[in-house]
Amino acid sequence: MKKTSVVRKIFKPGFLPRFFVKGGALITLAVILTIVIYILVNGIPNLNSKLFAWEYNSENVSMMPAIVNTVAMVVVTLLMSVPIGIGAAVYMVEYVKKGSKLAKIIKLATQTLAGVPSIVYGLFGALFFVKYLSLQLSILSGCLTLGIMILPIVMETTEEALRMVPVSYKEGSLALGATRVQTIFKVMLRPATPGILSAVIIAVGRIVGESAALVFTAGTIAKPMASMLNSGRSLSVHMYVLSGEGLYIKQTYATATVLMLLVLILNGISSLIARKLEKNTTTEE
Amino acid sequence: MSKYNKKIREGIVSVAFLISALVSVAAVILISIFIFANGFSAIGKIGFVDFIFGQTWKPANNQFGIFPMIIGSIYVTLGAVLIGAPIGVMTAIYLAEYCPKKFYSVFSGLVNLMAGIPSVLYGFFGLVVLVPLIRNNLDSQGMSLLAASVLLGIMILPTIVAISQASLKAVDPGYYEGSLALGATHERSIFAVKLRAARSGIFSAVILGVGRAIGETMAVIMVAGNQAIIPKSVLDGVRTMTGNIVIEMGYATDLHRQALLATAAVLFVFILIVNLTFSLVLRRSLN
Amino acid sequence: MANNKITIKDTELYYSDFHALKNINMDIVENEITAFIGPSGCGKSTLLKSLNRMNDLVEGCKITGDIRLDGEDIYGDMDINMLRKRVGMVFQRPNPFPMSVYDNIAYGPRTHGIKSRIALDEIVENSLRGAAAWDDFKDRLKQSALGLSGGQQQRLCIARAIAVEPEVLLMDEPTSALDPISTGKIEELVQELKDKYTVVIVTHNMQQAARISDVTAFFLLGELIEKGKTDQIFSVPQDKRTEDYITGRFG
Repeated sequence: MKKTSVVRKIFKPGFLPRFFVKGGALITLAVILTIVIYILVNGIPNLNSKLFAWEYNSENVSMMPAIVNTVAMVVVTLLMSVPIGIGAAVYMVEYVKKGSKLAKIIKLATQTLAGVPSIVYGLFGALFFVKYLSLQLSILSGCLTLGIMILPIVMETTEEALRMVPVSYKEGSLALGATRVQTIFKVMLRPATPGILSAVIIAVGRIVGESAALVFTAGTIAKPMASMLNSGRSLSVHMYVLSGEGLYIKQTYATATVLMLLVLILNGISSLIARKLEKNTTTEE
Repeated sequence: MSKYNKKIREGIVSVAFLISALVSVAAVILISIFIFANGFSAIGKIGFVDFIFGQTWKPANNQFGIFPMIIGSIYVTLGAVLIGAPIGVMTAIYLAEYCPKKFYSVFSGLVNLMAGIPSVLYGFFGLVVLVPLIRNNLDSQGMSLLAASVLLGIMILPTIVAISQASLKAVDPGYYEGSLALGATHERSIFAVKLRAARSGIFSAVILGVGRAIGETMAVIMVAGNQAIIPKSVLDGVRTMTGNIVIEMGYATDLHRQALLATAAVLFVFILIVNLTFSLVLRRSLN
Repeated sequence: MANNKITIKDTELYYSDFHALKNINMDIVENEITAFIGPSGCGKSTLLKSLNRMNDLVEGCKITGDIRLDGEDIYGDMDINMLRKRVGMVFQRPNPFPMSVYDNIAYGPRTHGIKSRIALDEIVENSLRGAAAWDDFKDRLKQSALGLSGGQQQRLCIARAIAVEPEVLLMDEPTSALDPISTGKIEELVQELKDKYTVVIVTHNMQQAARISDVTAFFLLGELIEKGKTDQIFSVPQDKRTEDYITGRFG
């Protein structure tokens, strides 16, 4: 008797869809946790100070040069791309009518850029920056390529943030006799800052994680860069080269861990910002 | 500041904004020109049919047929979607309709994290976990179409989950309530009505996943085996268009190099078609 | 003759801290049209949604007391889906599903296990006839329901609701989103429906309540102030507050 009631309880209407939904969610959850934990568990014991030595050589595949190059790439790329992205977003929100032809073209271009795979960016960078502009395999070529790649992220998020700014702010400022440009810089951009910041964090994540776009633009030289015109590998490229060589498995795990930790930190920051953003919008209502 | 100066400054800044906005347009034009110009000249030299439908890729013999790589990309993408789409959509339904509130932020945070993990980390994970798993349990070298499909299926999950979830949440709550009020269960109301209302959004999520999968490079190279022949089974190695480019670009010269650029051009066309489909479907779902 | 279809006893309802229904006691008589009236926020819709447990969807909603359908406690052992099959609902905003007219009406019967095409065809036709919409719809059963006008959509929703053969039909301001002509058609229809169903209608339109209902209940701030025969409520209200409301002193 009891058995049938249990059976009926399990197989009550909607059992199958529920089973698939929960099963799918469980798989996703298991996959994420497995990847993160597997890499951390195998990598943390292999972390040691030697791997952060300044010099890279075949005895000690230090990731320090790659870290230095990565930091440089992040800074330079952001410096180039963020102002352009913000400027473009301001133009889209403040200067151009939403349905106009120009707005449509820019939107289409941005969406296209967002969909271009990194390897195509890499080849373009190799053809245009490295060869055509003769910048050679260099950090600069890499940064320029990455700069285009992150442009749509910065643009779209900033645009969204600017559109969220209440019209009354703008009207208030204009009514006080401020010019359009003053209004943009003093009134519009400030409330949009958290949104822009979250775009920057996502962009940092993409720069740190990128490899395909860098192999043929910034190259794979394992030295800390001396100038912007030197070739140098980023941490992700380092990771790719190491795992391809297959000789330094422990060091590869350690490098993977550092990369994973970076991603975790960036993710933490961006969810903090997101939470703050949510709070702001709910208190405003 | 005089009124005149102010006006000039306003003008200069506006022009700066305009130029910023045009950078992305210029970038798309430049990318298209450089990739297509180089690519088309190679296709001209090799011959369109020989290039696209040629079965043999032997640069040393001046044989540049990328048909195996086109098929490879299609297979890998298809495999990824077969694995990633159902799991992703189910996860999205779970998050939108079943997830307890307390657990929601943790779970969606983890899905976000998944989107931020770099390709090389996925590739490495595939190399040290998936490939040995396949090698030890199935009649395969491990590096295979199967490994690449599973890995890519995982990698497109966050895209599919995020967009499917957003489109489920955008469905008019009146549909769900209307269905419940007729005596339908939670499950039937979701699967027969809500999912139907969100279907073009979910479809566009899958298309975006296809775009990600077909363009993915580093992770695929690390687990696919990269043999430039059409795989006969999911356990065989496979080379994608992206893989073809990265593996040989480092040392290729002359026509070989151009043939690789032409591969990129073909890939780019695929991506443009996928993106176009995506925006068409999305526009339909918004209407 | 006067058979109580639904009995409501000592019912209290809270949305978190908000006390939305205060000690409601009333009976709803079979094959009559009962109208709930009152200013917005008075609890009339809340009470309506308690009768088919749609309030269960609202987070933080707590209900105590005793609501019975044919003597059976609807918050007790009764299967919630069976309850909603027996107590149908028409919403304020027409909410046809994004599918064809036919599939909209067949949705409910299919939900409850009817698969035969012949049976479904018959149900669809009868339901549309029951909703006085057969002549309008018979040539466009395959069309998407989303392309219909608001009034047509609402009639479709009524047809959809009666396709599962409910005993009670709850209507939550069914004409508030419609133009006067469509409103007139729906009102006519509601009066025809009472031969077969027990109808409870929430309306903020007093003329509507006066025109179509047999019994009217007036609510204010979560309390049932007065309930009686509609002509009596509108001609000789017992409570000062009812009088104030129906004479338009507040609303």
